Amino acid sequence: MTRSAPHSLRAESLTLGYDGRVVIDGLDLEIPDGRITSIVGPNASGKSTLLRGLARLIRPESGRVTLDGRDIRSYGARDFARRVAVLPQQPVSPDGVLVAELVARGRHPHRGWFGGRSSDDDRIVAEVLEATGTAELAGRAVSELSGGQRQRVWIAMALAQRADIVLLDEPTSFLDASHQLELLDLLTDSNRDHGTTVVMVLHELNLAARYADHLVVLDGGRIAAAGAPGDVMTAETVGGAFGLECVVTTDPVAGSPLVVPIGRFHRGEF
Amino acid sequence: MRPDGALASGTGTGRLAEPTRAESVGAVAILIGQVRDRRRRRTAAVLLGASVLVFAAAIASLLLGAAGLTVADVFAVLVGQGSPKAEFVVMRLRLPRVLAAVIAGSALGLGGALFQSTLRNPLASPDILGVTGGASLAAVGSMLLLGLEGPAVALAAFTGALVVAGLMWALAWRGGLTGIRFVLVGIGLASIVSGLLGWLITRAEVREASEALVWMVGGIASTGWSELGTSGGALVVLLTATAVFSPRMPLLALSDDSARSLGLDATRARATAVLLGVALVAVATALAGPIAFVALVAAPIARALIGHGQAALAASALVGVVIVLVADLVAQHAFAGFAVPVGIVTGLIGAPYLLWLIARGNRKGSDG
Repeated sequence: MTRSAPHSLRAESLTLGYDGRVVIDGLDLEIPDGRITSIVGPNASGKSTLLRGLARLIRPESGRVTLDGRDIRSYGARDFARRVAVLPQQPVSPDGVLVAELVARGRHPHRGWFGGRSSDDDRIVAEVLEATGTAELAGRAVSELSGGQRQRVWIAMALAQRADIVLLDEPTSFLDASHQLELLDLLTDSNRDHGTTVVMVLHELNLAARYADHLVVLDGGRIAAAGAPGDVMTAETVGGAFGLECVVTTDPVAGSPLVVPIGRFHRGEF
Repeated sequence: MRPDGALASGTGTGRLAEPTRAESVGAVAILIGQVRDRRRRRTAAVLLGASVLVFAAAIASLLLGAAGLTVADVFAVLVGQGSPKAEFVVMRLRLPRVLAAVIAGSALGLGGALFQSTLRNPLASPDILGVTGGASLAAVGSMLLLGLEGPAVALAAFTGALVVAGLMWALAWRGGLTGIRFVLVGIGLASIVSGLLGWLITRAEVREASEALVWMVGGIASTGWSELGTSGGALVVLLTATAVFSPRMPLLALSDDSARSLGLDATRARATAVLLGVALVAVATALAGPIAFVALVAAPIARALIGHGQAALAASALVGVVIVLVADLVAQHAFAGFAVPVGIVTGLIGAPYLLWLIARGNRKGSDG
């Protein structure tokens, strides 16, 4: 299954905020089509707000976000959801809802006005359960699952939307190291197998640098640097944006940049 | 596709036994179908069971009482061949009462389910939030001050419920709705409304005031056919609208962001669900007065029977009917020598549940 057509998602002089307080300030950004983009930045740099703006979850104070040249606000809600899937930060699952039921809700944008299920729905839900390794959990309640399992189920729901663009807000938070990798592998699968454009806010710089084709560093609501991780992730950029002294070397496994942070202690004592 | 699958095949053993991807996806699709069928069978069983209870309670309501009718007498009346005495008892006294219980019970059960699911809080029921109170206040006011009756009272009740719900929405809104905020604002409004209601009653003539008081307790004892026609018609319209709306309920159980990302305008959908709930509660209140706690308890019972994670709309409506019919049977026959309004009995059932809900919520330290 490959994508229907190339897409362009871009922010144009985008200003976002809450109650008049500006968080994202006149930002221009183009999301590379069919690639994995990672948004990183220090706390309060506006990462999540930017993602929510791209996802149409908040209205811009000024500027706009366009999808294929059209303002995203001009799309119908379902129409947009068929093109762009969003996984918000720490989604809440209702008590007692079963895994298969929750994932099937991802099919909603494809259903008619009366919510009728199409014959394809079960097959697509089965495919994403299989792909996310959650098939054997299908009949279990979401609330009984471990954090890692639950996050895979939410990803499955987003993938069930079969949208060409998937936006994720800190999908790896609260997961341990192995589950973080498992989840990023899963998103890479989706990118490679289906050509899905993935945009995610990540906290962990080294994982972001390893998994992203395109890295966006935010600082104070503006883009501090953007481009291939090898070009962007320099000691200078990290120092400027995060106020963090560090050495950037090469990840011995992936060949991507590896940030080694430096604190006040343990400097050259060996 | 799956990293562990790739690893397993790397060992060289069991590789032939491993199913192809298409086969395993097919197997998972079958599993999904089974999960859904289990849920459906349980829902069907609950709906069937509740319907049987409704039917049994309705028959008991028609049979029991001083007139000493037999099943054959009642059946004869229903097919139009009863004796004049049986005809009077069934068609004038008992059948209207049963139908009023069916209309009020289903409207309250469904209205409560819509409120609780939409606001994601078991305390967010129209009777706790003052919506029922708003309907009562407007209905009593229109009777005492304006001398209205019939459909005009129903319209006044709807307006009153709508005004309270609108105020609540406006006061609780902070760029989104949170259930607990809505509940707190609603409880405040409920006390204002009940204060105003008390003031109205004390200012009214004694005879009128006592009529209004009886009505306010919630009763289905003296309902006429024309009232039944009006509320029955309104109920059918609202049930249809709710059925059309209902595919959106599973998404409203998620957060606003999740619902939006699945293509649902969450704010508009929540407003629609609350509006339907308000109209349902107004229909019930105009017909039978504010029958206490039915809206609060019907939906949680239905959800517990069907399995959580569902809005359980149809089951909530049926459970509402069962509660009102059975409570009315108790109200009429359990107290030797005198009958009490049905609202007294539902209040006796509902109040302990409310206390339990609050105690449990506090212990968990959550908003429900």
